[in-house]
Amino acid sequence: MRGMYIHIPFCHQICHYCDFNKVFFKNQPVDEYIESIGNELTIMANEGHSFEGLETVFLGGGTPTSLSEGQLDRLLEIIHQHVDVSALREFSTEANPDELTRGKLSVLKSGGVGRLSIGVQSFDEQLLKRIGRTHSADTPARVIQDAREIGFENISIDLIYGLPEQTVQQWEETLDKALALDLPHYSGYSLIVEPKTVFYNLMNKGKLPLPGEDIEAEMFSMLMDRMTKAGRRQYEISNFALPGNESIHNLIYWDNDEYAGIGAGAHGYLKGRRYANFGPLRKYMESMDTGARPVMESNEVTITEAMEEEMFLGLRKSEGVSLQSFKSKFGKSLTEEYGIVLAELSGKGLVSESEGSIKLTRKGIFRGNEVFQQFLK
Amino acid sequence: MNHDERLARQKNIRNFSIIAHIDHGKSTLADRLLEKTETVSSREMKSQTLDSMDLERERGITIKLNAVQLSYTAKNGEVYTFHLIDTPGHVDFTYEVSRSLAACEGALLVVDAAQGIEAQTLANVYLALDNDLEILPIINKIDLPAADPDKVKKEIEDVIGLDASEAVHASAKAGIGIEEILEQIVEKVPAPTGDPQAPLKALIFDSHYDQYKGVIVNIRIVEGTVKPGDKIRMMATGKEFEVIETGVFTPNISMRDELSVGDVGFLSAAIKNVGDTRVGDTITNAKNPASEPLPGYRRLNPMVFCGLYPIDSSKYVDLREALEKLELNDSALEYEAETSQALGFGYRCGFLGLLHMEIIQERIEREFKIDLITTAPSVIYNVVTTDGKELKVDNPSMMPDAQKIDHVEEPYVKASIMVPNEYVGSVMELCQQKRGNFITMDYLDASRVNIIYELPLAEIVYDFFDQLKSGTKGYASFDYELIGYKTSKLVKMDILLNGEQVDALSFIVHRDFSYERGKAIVEKLRKLIPRQQFEVPVQAAIGQKIVARSTIKSIGKNVLAKCYGGDISRKRKLLEKQKEGKKRMKQVGSVEVPQEAFMAVLKMDED
Repeated sequence: MRGMYIHIPFCHQICHYCDFNKVFFKNQPVDEYIESIGNELTIMANEGHSFEGLETVFLGGGTPTSLSEGQLDRLLEIIHQHVDVSALREFSTEANPDELTRGKLSVLKSGGVGRLSIGVQSFDEQLLKRIGRTHSADTPARVIQDAREIGFENISIDLIYGLPEQTVQQWEETLDKALALDLPHYSGYSLIVEPKTVFYNLMNKGKLPLPGEDIEAEMFSMLMDRMTKAGRRQYEISNFALPGNESIHNLIYWDNDEYAGIGAGAHGYLKGRRYANFGPLRKYMESMDTGARPVMESNEVTITEAMEEEMFLGLRKSEGVSLQSFKSKFGKSLTEEYGIVLAELSGKGLVSESEGSIKLTRKGIFRGNEVFQQFLK
Repeated sequence: MNHDERLARQKNIRNFSIIAHIDHGKSTLADRLLEKTETVSSREMKSQTLDSMDLERERGITIKLNAVQLSYTAKNGEVYTFHLIDTPGHVDFTYEVSRSLAACEGALLVVDAAQGIEAQTLANVYLALDNDLEILPIINKIDLPAADPDKVKKEIEDVIGLDASEAVHASAKAGIGIEEILEQIVEKVPAPTGDPQAPLKALIFDSHYDQYKGVIVNIRIVEGTVKPGDKIRMMATGKEFEVIETGVFTPNISMRDELSVGDVGFLSAAIKNVGDTRVGDTITNAKNPASEPLPGYRRLNPMVFCGLYPIDSSKYVDLREALEKLELNDSALEYEAETSQALGFGYRCGFLGLLHMEIIQERIEREFKIDLITTAPSVIYNVVTTDGKELKVDNPSMMPDAQKIDHVEEPYVKASIMVPNEYVGSVMELCQQKRGNFITMDYLDASRVNIIYELPLAEIVYDFFDQLKSGTKGYASFDYELIGYKTSKLVKMDILLNGEQVDALSFIVHRDFSYERGKAIVEKLRKLIPRQQFEVPVQAAIGQKIVARSTIKSIGKNVLAKCYGGDISRKRKLLEKQKEGKKRMKQVGSVEVPQEAFMAVLKMDED
């Protein structure tokens, strides 16, 4: 395995668009859960999964920063018991701006965390309220200042576009403010309304005035242009970075490489199998009492599926899918496997070949899903 | 059984059917009669026993006929054999209704105590009167708070001219009045006349296909007897068969050694095709044939046509097999292969009416699991060309060029619409809009009106029913009969997607409405067809002339720009779902068109 994802499913406030596995922090067995993370790591090691050579650890959620300083410290201590943190290429955590106190920043720093991914989402006060965020528009700048003072340089923020009633102008202002922070990395996601969210319910009642496909496309286009102009290269559909500051952990996903998923509801890819852990906390914790991993379901990835995934994940990257590495990975050339599909897609101007790789064109980026589908049998 | 025994039995036979509007309680009443005569114990009683097809039970209508034998011990101590012959309750099946009524001596006229007589009921009562049936009025749902039996009785007397003084007050649901109905059947419905020693005359009123026995023919013996081993002849088709089994439905199949005058049952004779056993035909004995068939037989002609195409073109053969199987059971269904430039290989199918069409489509999709694209329904147009030739056109795309047409005739119907008088205005407005000619209007009572219009059949096969229903809050009832052809100013409207004409979207429209329709349909298509790779113009044209235009925009953005963490299987599922959605669309030229678009002309007045 190259990476490790650890899921912290607690939140003090639930965002209106979020459908990840999460629960309100209050009255939850948080301490017990943190210990269970340790159990899972122990069981995993006992089953012969080695953490040696691990390149990245990523704390995600929920919100890892919902934990208290003491809890964060304990979590990091557990990670250190299993993983040689000093040998990692990247140790990231997700963070909520208003939870990222100087105290927590110091705990993270001394625990070896080197990269922050902060959920800013927008710099518009009204929109932040509307999507259920608790921080205000000026919080991020202050927090980033604190983080830099404490020694964090590798900082990224997440932004969301296509929010209810969001205008192109509002989005542009958000991009201005984001770029003014001069961060090495930015992520820009489009709002997807998922079932079991506040937004989904509003949408069904006809009370979610989304900007629509054309405006969203304009926002996406603006995001790409502004980022590129500011020297942040679009290395993946939603991710932009100064050269050398790309998220190594996220690239593991797009490179179709293996990673461990630790924690309730986490997904992983180990020894040729994709798996998902139990989502409900009790179920997750109790399932390990017998010494078994808390896996709810697990599927072997067939060669065909692995090739499909290589394509629909790999094409998300600006460097695309290398003809050579495809061949060495699957013993079969890309054109042999997908020749007809590729010819059709390049005929439509959606993909092109350059520098020995197949890549999405700019048009192809906008219609990524259509391209990706073509590789599914 | 000897002659005297047969005559004695015949004296105690009573054959009847039930005439009722949908929802007025026909099936429930049939269930109660079966229960009361202990034909079916209430324990094994499925609600609506007679409606056996799932589709029938779901829609609450009877599509295929059933006949059940009941045994009833009357108050006079004698045991009677009843045959209850079920009839389909829909205008598409009027001929079947008339044949099943011809198998009876009596009919129960069930009228809802709160709602009164409806157009469909009236049409069937007239059919029953044409067949000289004894009609027993029954006021049903008498236990409803809104029940007004006296008003309904008066309506029966005023509108139909029947004596309703002895009408039974019943509630089939609550089991009220059931015994009284059974007694009236004994007293009032005449026993069958006819001579068991005469040459066989048996009326076919239904048939269905059984995969082991071949066609099972439902018959009423009018003269003579029939038993296994007899050689029989179908008088209309001339086909001959040897009888293998005779029996009755109780409602399960029960074999009988013979069927004699008055019996209503079935026979099987290794018949391979339902088409050989046409409803209304007479079966006779091949060795001792009757000189004349029973009156009233006619060949059924489809009135409504549409193209059926498999979405997945590789299912073409499966579709043919499905149609073949359905045809075994449905002699009114017609089909022939046709090719559409847009849709590929499919079948042009003829139906008795819209409901018949919907039922067949639904059965193909459900029972044979073939996803279909259905083109908008069409009627048969008579086209007279400038060189004097006459063509029958049942597919709008086959209409000749306008300059080669002298004139076009289209089928008209006489429509009778019964409605509470506050809706007269909206009904007339609708009929006017549908190119109707007002004929007359009668008051049924102080609050209800029967409005008669002549309407082009083509307007009815579009969205007439739906609009009538919504315009009258569901209070209108409606019936129609074909009255012949009339010359109309009709033109063919073509639809072009991305500059290419799509034959399957062509339709015929009256010249005066063509601009309006053209505009409505391009708008409708713009909404129905999802955004494409590139901008797609949608045009409506008459001949070379574009009368309306709209544009389907190109896709703005379709890419998952969301953080899914490491949940790759979720991404995969999303992509698979999108791909699956595409499969349900038909590639027409370079445009992906969803199923609904081909029916767009039907639902043009929505939104």
